[in-house]
Amino acid sequence: MSDLLNTLQFYLGHSFVQRAIIVGLLIALCSSLLGVTLVLKRFSFIGDGLSHVAFGAMSAATVASTLLKAASHDDSDLPMWLAKFLDETNDMVIILPITLAAAIMLLKTGQNTKIKGDAAVAMISVGSLAVGYMLVNMFSTSANITGDVCGTLFGSQSILTLTNTEVIICIAMTVIVIGVFVLFYNKLFAVTFDESFAKATGVKADGYNLLIAVITALIIVLAMNLVGSLLISALIVFPALSAMRVFKSFLSVIICSAIISVVCAGVGMILSILFSTPVGSTIVTADIVVFFVFMLISLILKRE
Amino acid sequence: MIEQLICKNVTLGYEGIAVAEGLDFKVCEGDYLCILGENGSGKSTLIKALLGLKDVMSGEISFVNGASSREIGYLPQQTPVQRDFPASVREIVQSGCLAKCGLRPFYNKAEKERCAKMLDRLGITELADRCYRELSGGQQQRVLLARALCATEKMLLLDEPVTGLDPKAQLELYELIARLNKKGITVIMVSHDIHMSVRYATHILHIGSHKQLFFGTKEEYVNSRIGQSFILSEGGEEHE
Repeated sequence: MSDLLNTLQFYLGHSFVQRAIIVGLLIALCSSLLGVTLVLKRFSFIGDGLSHVAFGAMSAATVASTLLKAASHDDSDLPMWLAKFLDETNDMVIILPITLAAAIMLLKTGQNTKIKGDAAVAMISVGSLAVGYMLVNMFSTSANITGDVCGTLFGSQSILTLTNTEVIICIAMTVIVIGVFVLFYNKLFAVTFDESFAKATGVKADGYNLLIAVITALIIVLAMNLVGSLLISALIVFPALSAMRVFKSFLSVIICSAIISVVCAGVGMILSILFSTPVGSTIVTADIVVFFVFMLISLILKRE
Repeated sequence: MIEQLICKNVTLGYEGIAVAEGLDFKVCEGDYLCILGENGSGKSTLIKALLGLKDVMSGEISFVNGASSREIGYLPQQTPVQRDFPASVREIVQSGCLAKCGLRPFYNKAEKERCAKMLDRLGITELADRCYRELSGGQQQRVLLARALCATEKMLLLDEPVTGLDPKAQLELYELIARLNKKGITVIMVSHDIHMSVRYATHILHIGSHKQLFFGTKEEYVNSRIGQSFILSEGGEEHE
């Protein structure tokens, strides 16, 4: 036991571990706040679809960076500068716009087009997975493609290599998400509970749906570092579903889901350090355990 | 009679195809208008148009004497999302005040008091902290009615409010709506139930497929040929 504590103390002493934990907790907080709305609006499938799109976008960005480097003749020309710019921003400049565009597109198709919502999501998500993997295979110069892809899908060590800039970006995004959530809390509630009533009283429901989609895209791009693109949906849906089992008002569900998510992320990260398990899946496993605990609690409460 | 809503020769439709033509009716303060019609006769399109969520293809819908499409207390049909929604009754009723908030993020004291008043008025004050999904169908409709009243006390627009309720709860809801109407709130109700409509309404609007079949007072409707044939044809059927 004291061995484990010593290991923990040793790791927590490193600034890169501290950064990883800060970012991890913030991402967990953001995703759980939005998760409640997404689950209740039956939008969780959009989160799932978007995470695959983000994977495709990341592959495209990696390929772009490789190609740019190959095209450059010396260290100071434009292609090289662009490639470095991509690396420095962790490919965000490519991933974010593509994911945002996909979010808006999915939202629009969910409402009224020939291809119905779920089919459109399936199409876009599987499509971008396939194209993304193909791109990486065709162009990547890395020696360990399978390892790279696996890292992107299930969370890699990139959470441990965060720069200060990335931590600041993450903090800023968290502040924006929480700010938007608090300022528009009542409107988001109204739009989630009853869109037609909200529209009838003059709330711009379509605008708020768009806001929800945009923030979802932001969170997914952020969360890719933590748990990888395949596991992001778990971060969004599990805390919300657990909280909904037991709590009975919207506010208490949201607060509880935020607490669950942050605690699970914290516990998951510490466990993964101690037992050197993959970060993403450890966090998600913690979320699953909590879900079953809450299910049990709700069953017991019902009996009484 | 103070007129609130006038529809003049309105045509409604989607993408250039008319679903209801020649809608010509008006609603005065304190009226109880029932809109009858089969499925697909354009009732829900008419609701959207009245709420200002859909443009008319031709004709004109106008609100006069202080009424407006933003001042309609709307009671939509329940969606599957709502049935297992984790929200307290108070949270839902308060959301009716949202239009009054504008850009202000939270409810102020006056709005909270208004919410409490409406809860009291519909006799559901003791349910305020209960969870919406645990209420009976009739109680849920009362909650949504309280929310609609938070939005306005001028005009209620009810979209088949008794759907899915047991007969006793249906009757209670009809009585409740009638009481609100007697206090001076204009009621517009879309309904399937011809007998209850004839019993409570002051005016009837009957839409057939693609066109208006009847508009007038209840007495005129009962004595009209269309009214009688419709009442007879529905009479033999068992009502839910």
